[in-house]
Amino acid sequence: MNRYPLWKNLIVVVVVLVGLFYALPNFFGEEPALQISKRDGGMEQAALSEAQSALRAAGIEYSRADLQDDSGLIRFNSTDDQLEAVDVVRAALGGDYPVALNLAPAAPTWLTDLGALPMYLGLDLRGGVHFLMQVDMGAAVNTALDRRVDGMRADLRGERLRYVSAEVTDEQRIQVRFRDAESRDQAIDQLTADYEDLEFDSAEIDGEPYLTATMTEEGVETERRAALEQNITTLRNRVNELGVAEPLIQQQGDSRIVVELPGIQDTVRAKEILGATATLEFRLVHGSPADWVDADESGSVPPQARLYQRRDGGPVLLKRQVIVTGDRVTGASSGFDQDSGSPAVFVNLDSQGARRMADITGDNIGQQMGVVFIENRIDTKVDEDGKLSEEKKLVEEVINVATIRDQLANRFQITGLDSSQEARDLSLLLRAGALRAPMDIVEERTVGPSLGAENIQAGVNAAILGFVLVSIFMMIYYRVFGVIAVVALVTNLILIVAVLSMLQATLTLPGIAGIVLTVGMAVDANVLIFERIREELRNGMTPHAAMKAGYERAFGTILDANITTLLAALALFAFGTGPVKGFAVTLSIGILASVFTAVMLSRALANLVYGRQARLKGLSI
Amino acid sequence: MNVFPADARFDFFGKRYFAYALSAALLLVAVGSLATKGLNLGLDFTGGVVIELGYPGGADIDAVRETLDAQGFDQAVAQLFGSSESVMIRLPPTDDSHGRLADELLIAMQSETDDVEMRRVEYVGPAVGKELFNAGGLALLVVLAGILVYVGFRFQVRLAGGAILALAHDLVVVLGIVSLLGLRFDLTVLAAFLALAGYSINDTIVVFDRIRENFQKMRKGTEKEVMNASVNQTMSRTVITSGTTFLTALALFVFGGEALYGFSLTLLLGIAIGTFSSIYVASAVSLDMGLKRQDLLKIDDKERLKQAEDSAP
Repeated sequence: MNRYPLWKNLIVVVVVLVGLFYALPNFFGEEPALQISKRDGGMEQAALSEAQSALRAAGIEYSRADLQDDSGLIRFNSTDDQLEAVDVVRAALGGDYPVALNLAPAAPTWLTDLGALPMYLGLDLRGGVHFLMQVDMGAAVNTALDRRVDGMRADLRGERLRYVSAEVTDEQRIQVRFRDAESRDQAIDQLTADYEDLEFDSAEIDGEPYLTATMTEEGVETERRAALEQNITTLRNRVNELGVAEPLIQQQGDSRIVVELPGIQDTVRAKEILGATATLEFRLVHGSPADWVDADESGSVPPQARLYQRRDGGPVLLKRQVIVTGDRVTGASSGFDQDSGSPAVFVNLDSQGARRMADITGDNIGQQMGVVFIENRIDTKVDEDGKLSEEKKLVEEVINVATIRDQLANRFQITGLDSSQEARDLSLLLRAGALRAPMDIVEERTVGPSLGAENIQAGVNAAILGFVLVSIFMMIYYRVFGVIAVVALVTNLILIVAVLSMLQATLTLPGIAGIVLTVGMAVDANVLIFERIREELRNGMTPHAAMKAGYERAFGTILDANITTLLAALALFAFGTGPVKGFAVTLSIGILASVFTAVMLSRALANLVYGRQARLKGLSI
Repeated sequence: MNVFPADARFDFFGKRYFAYALSAALLLVAVGSLATKGLNLGLDFTGGVVIELGYPGGADIDAVRETLDAQGFDQAVAQLFGSSESVMIRLPPTDDSHGRLADELLIAMQSETDDVEMRRVEYVGPAVGKELFNAGGLALLVVLAGILVYVGFRFQVRLAGGAILALAHDLVVVLGIVSLLGLRFDLTVLAAFLALAGYSINDTIVVFDRIRENFQKMRKGTEKEVMNASVNQTMSRTVITSGTTFLTALALFVFGGEALYGFSLTLLLGIAIGTFSSIYVASAVSLDMGLKRQDLLKIDDKERLKQAEDSAP
């Protein structure tokens, strides 16, 4: 007699039911939707209601609108409605509410409320763009040193310690030149206390007394971490500005960031926005136009000034001291200058920035101020020996020189931009905050929506064909036990889908391939058991004894065989990236699920069919 | 119904030297091809740009090539991809390869023909490619080491040696065929290799399991006889499992499209080679490495055997 104790049967039933429940949302598909968020977070019902009434007024039908987490979701019956609606909603809510096209799970609310969500489709299945960005840590340290030098200049002036020059060298070292060794030593004493993350040293270069300072290892580490964190935050802000539904922004390794933007097609624009390290600096103009040309031609620039090129042509000298940088910008919007009608960016500063701006512009009415537009770009090159080198391109242009007519405070405008598109981009960049260090895209993968849909179709077709072929074979070859194996296989598939949905793991095309492959390999456990039963029957065992022996003796083999495969899958997961990881995840889940279905579930089914027959003559195997 | 006669007494190991010769020939061809032709490394590992464009109504590949030349992409290689409506353009990593190159290429192609559709753009920086390659190689080594330790621990060190040799044999031979066919070796093909490592060892373990069981059960017979019996007994299972896995890999090959072409072809090759090697390479090598009955007996069995031997003469 072969009977499972009640608790074993219960486990099987419960696992299958839970599996069915969590797999269920995947069968409802997705429907087109608009996702509305608020720029500063905290989306509210009022805005959603406003969008709804705008849609009603425009005569666009929607099926459902709800507020969840930090965004509102309006669902539509067709993509046409959705595309029409996006403009209507954008116009109704204005710029503070980014609106993104989205595909929302069409599963009924009672399912989603219980946490049963469909699988998350990878970019290769839904279309979209994947970027891997390398943060330039050298530049991060340099910028940090630049900030320290600015501070030191002010400190030294405050202490009335006279220095000749202070600058950051290419070797990431601060060098300050003094007139005499005495004031240098005083300066070192003074500064050591104030700058804990710097190591100070004295040096004689060409007989002149110098102070040098390098960043401590801890300081560098802190700076690197800060650069990575701030870049991630800035990228999040920028992606929100772009209005992308369900973006993914994640740290990878110690200097890289992964950005995944589902549904984005215009990668050129996405890259411009994400990679741009564009920021602004406001500086006072130094000297007269005649001085600027002199300095440009002779190459001798006064120590307190820097030579820049103007976007509209010609050189200009600006003071080294920066009034305010882009970090101080709290808000920015684009529009048109009221007098000239040219594109303009309206900038809001925080209180500290506003105070500095007010102080300096107040003292310098009638003087000129330059707006420097700074963009950082890095190109990675491979030379003939296959070695890598990085070329940094720093584009620093003065986009606007204007006379200070009045004391500026926390709100003012910038003109001199090429186009209204540039004005919009610059305002977006200023709003989202600056990147602390420039980044370089080292990997890009974009999949168009039609290819994504084809990939899903290909995967599903392959899965169905594989399943049907294997099922037919099993049923012909093992008859009743073959049917049991097929039921176990179906359950296996349901469990894989359920676990993937529960984990909200990303399903990729290689992931689907992993599932298909699991179909072929999952029957292996049942084949082992069934062959064993046949063997024991041939050896003269009674049907009941053979069934028992078959399941029990094959188990050790199944375990050993599957653990080794699991080892391979885990290594894939540990070292793989992106889609390959998806493959490893589905393979691992498939292996675990197959041990359960092939051993416990199929035994329970076999017991159900044969277990109660006391005088069992034979097995249909 | 049986795929393999249940009462077969086929002498697998008596013929193992033929199998060794075949393996040696396969390995020779594989290593030869790898040494002379090498692997056709894909974008994932070399870096560069790949763009797939859709031309509804059919692409004129010559016109595409002319456009590429005219736009200054003279290093670009264009070919039809899967169907007549899809064109794949590849750019090798060059001096100024950077994230913008893909955009420039795309814009150039789109400015020439109106209704060209972007299906896929991939750019991998040279440094990243090298890293992915190293990570892949490392993953393979970790898998091999993990399996060696596990099999050595669960079974016996000679069997572990045989299993690893069989596994290395499968991977090298399939890699050689991939090289011979000029199949593009990318991340998905690498994933197929790692899946194969798992599959091939799975197959081997099942045979080993039976060998261990039979050594404990069958008190008579030489090592070779016991191992022959084990392979004969597990033959149906080996054929059926290989068959079903092969069927699903075939389904992927037929329906998986271009994206899974290399992946599924590698699997198909690997399943065939892996089945052969788990019989001939793994077990046969263990036998020739001097696997003895005592190696696989439980401790109390060993003592009994020793006592029997002591009292026998």
